[in-house]
Amino acid sequence: MATTTEFRTCPSTGLKVHLQAEKLIKANAVAAVVFLAVGGLFGLMVALTRWPAVHLLPAEWFYLVLTGHGLDILLVWIIFFEMAVLYFASAILLNSRLAAPTVAWVAFWMMLIGAITVNVAVLGGNSSVMFTSYVPMKAEPHFYAGLLLFAVGALIGCFVFFGTLVVAKAEKTYQGSIPLVTFGALTAAIIAVFTISSGAIILIPTLLWSLDIISHIDTLLYKTIWWAMGHSSQQINVSAHVAVWYCIIGMVLGARTLSEKVSRLAFLMYILFLQLASAHHLLVEPGISSEWKIFNTSYAMYLAVLGSMIHGMTIPGSIEAEQRAKGYTNGLFEWLRKAPWGNPAFAGMFLSLILFGFLGGISGVVMGTEQLNLIMHNTLYVPGHFHGTVAAGTTLAFMSITYLLVPLIFRREIMFKKLAQIQPYCFALGVAGISLFMMGAGTLGIARRHWDITFADSILSFEVPGTAFLMLGLNGIFAILAALGGLFYIVVVVGSVFFGRRIGDNEKVMDIPATAAVTQYGSAHTVSIPGTVVLVAVFFTSFVLYYFVNWKYLAEVWPLR
Amino acid sequence: MAITPPTERIWWKEPIAKVELIWIVIAFTWGLVMFFMMIYWHGAGQQNLSNEAYKTTPEQYAAKANAVVEAHTVRDEAGYPVVHPPSGSDVYLIARLWQWWPILELEKGQTYRVHMSSMDWQHGFSLQPTNINISVHPGYDMVVTMTPDQSGEFGIVCNEFCGIGHHMMIGKIYVVE
Repeated sequence: MATTTEFRTCPSTGLKVHLQAEKLIKANAVAAVVFLAVGGLFGLMVALTRWPAVHLLPAEWFYLVLTGHGLDILLVWIIFFEMAVLYFASAILLNSRLAAPTVAWVAFWMMLIGAITVNVAVLGGNSSVMFTSYVPMKAEPHFYAGLLLFAVGALIGCFVFFGTLVVAKAEKTYQGSIPLVTFGALTAAIIAVFTISSGAIILIPTLLWSLDIISHIDTLLYKTIWWAMGHSSQQINVSAHVAVWYCIIGMVLGARTLSEKVSRLAFLMYILFLQLASAHHLLVEPGISSEWKIFNTSYAMYLAVLGSMIHGMTIPGSIEAEQRAKGYTNGLFEWLRKAPWGNPAFAGMFLSLILFGFLGGISGVVMGTEQLNLIMHNTLYVPGHFHGTVAAGTTLAFMSITYLLVPLIFRREIMFKKLAQIQPYCFALGVAGISLFMMGAGTLGIARRHWDITFADSILSFEVPGTAFLMLGLNGIFAILAALGGLFYIVVVVGSVFFGRRIGDNEKVMDIPATAAVTQYGSAHTVSIPGTVVLVAVFFTSFVLYYFVNWKYLAEVWPLR
Repeated sequence: MAITPPTERIWWKEPIAKVELIWIVIAFTWGLVMFFMMIYWHGAGQQNLSNEAYKTTPEQYAAKANAVVEAHTVRDEAGYPVVHPPSGSDVYLIARLWQWWPILELEKGQTYRVHMSSMDWQHGFSLQPTNINISVHPGYDMVVTMTPDQSGEFGIVCNEFCGIGHHMMIGKIYVVE
């Protein structure tokens, strides 16, 4: 058993690795992957039930499994992995010891017990209230209690991260400012504090209400505060996975950021404005003024969107600048063609970037526009959007960095290399299809969280367009692809962690091109990134066109005022 | 590199590359365009939600709805009253587990003040195929002034999950010439 101050030196990076921090990273990552497997299986069952020709599960099981899918993926998998990212970005990258490892273990166990409790409540059958658990629909008390325990555990984890930053600064384990990746992780942790506190603020009265101690909770109030957790927690993901993107391009390519100032400013925009997004869920609610909706839904004039659009240029730009410096200077795109596409960490990261921007990003802004929400609210367009952000963006980014964490932190060689190579492509193709076809069905007005679009058991009848059946069928097929990608990931990771070849104490596993010379950004103003400019122009054109096309769709519905 | 501390301690003073600056300006301007587009549509567009809503209780709301149903029911369909209200009047739609009640019959081109509220849990008013989606809460009476501009038969699907009968919750609006 390692004492709290034992270190080893990583032969690949030269970083001092605190053994307790390393153990905590392993524990959180393993818990994350277990819940990804469970939640992913639930997700496949959801997609196969919504595929009308298959219609796998009966109604009560469908709603149960859908509740479990949302909780296990959106909350448990992602936040456990984020804890691993936070400890990595603080203790490991800063050469420091982790502050209060015992407290971090308490946080871990609270999260684990909370997550298991929630799953037990959901599988018990009386808590099929969906991820959102809107009152006055009631779940069992241990559903809310489990969520609370998980949330408070995560909050404690965030404070261990902050504590580690203080320790590292006080013990001078690094020179100058914290690295960009740590800065991004800090952004995520700050947003997490806001988010998790909002969750606790609304879940405590809800728990008391489920125990009949409080008699009434206002539905609009619940929705407003709940989404300060529900949506803002997706903003933790954005900050965390953008930090992960920077981390991967640094470790795989040695790419430096075009300018530290711009990238850090973009993260700062997240801290200042992302929390306003609770409004995205309140655009068609009664009793809320248009002024409030417009200001909040646009993150105060789209300043947080600006942050993401900046990262959307600086990340491919950093890759291009680095590749061109290595000599890949032919034409517009030689730097991209000759990128390490056979390295699953890089391939997954780049696919995650593209899909997050084109699918998740654009659709999110369009759907979050006050009036446009009228033609999309609660249709399948919504899950179409967030499978572009959370599945194609965050989940794929986290999968990608696992291919670096396994050799560096678990010190095991990746097994099944061929399978690992195709994994990101398979998963990316699957989730891209899921995202697109759900958005397609949503545009046709198909409701989300709905068991039967034929309405066979209802008194009054209604027929949805035939194209919707096609969309849901295609969604099912691509969900199978995504599930295969997920399965490959689990096989590779679990196989490598338990049966992979052990990496020796002095064995270098990857050449991280980190030398002081290349980290200088003094030449930032002279770099030329024409390929990135073309990519950004394509993105921007699609964004503008798609935005106005949706205004045209809106103009065709009944006049309302 | 992103995983090491920046070499220049004073990183916030470094110059910004021109290409980055141009993109920041374009992206910021685009944000302003999207922001003002929402405000513009309030004046120029036909599709805006009112901010008109009232606190209510299920009992109060049901009483108002029943009064309109009694006054303007024209026929019966599958156990539902079909209500044909005068144009410009207040029309009440009740959402409850698991039905939209009553069936409405509106005239094309006429304007109606459609009220919506729930008797129990949250529901989602999703008018198809025209595709208008509005949240319906218990305790809130939301007023949407609608002008149907197409005739035909429209379905109201519930798109807010409301328990095991959620997928059976279908309502109807007829729009006649």
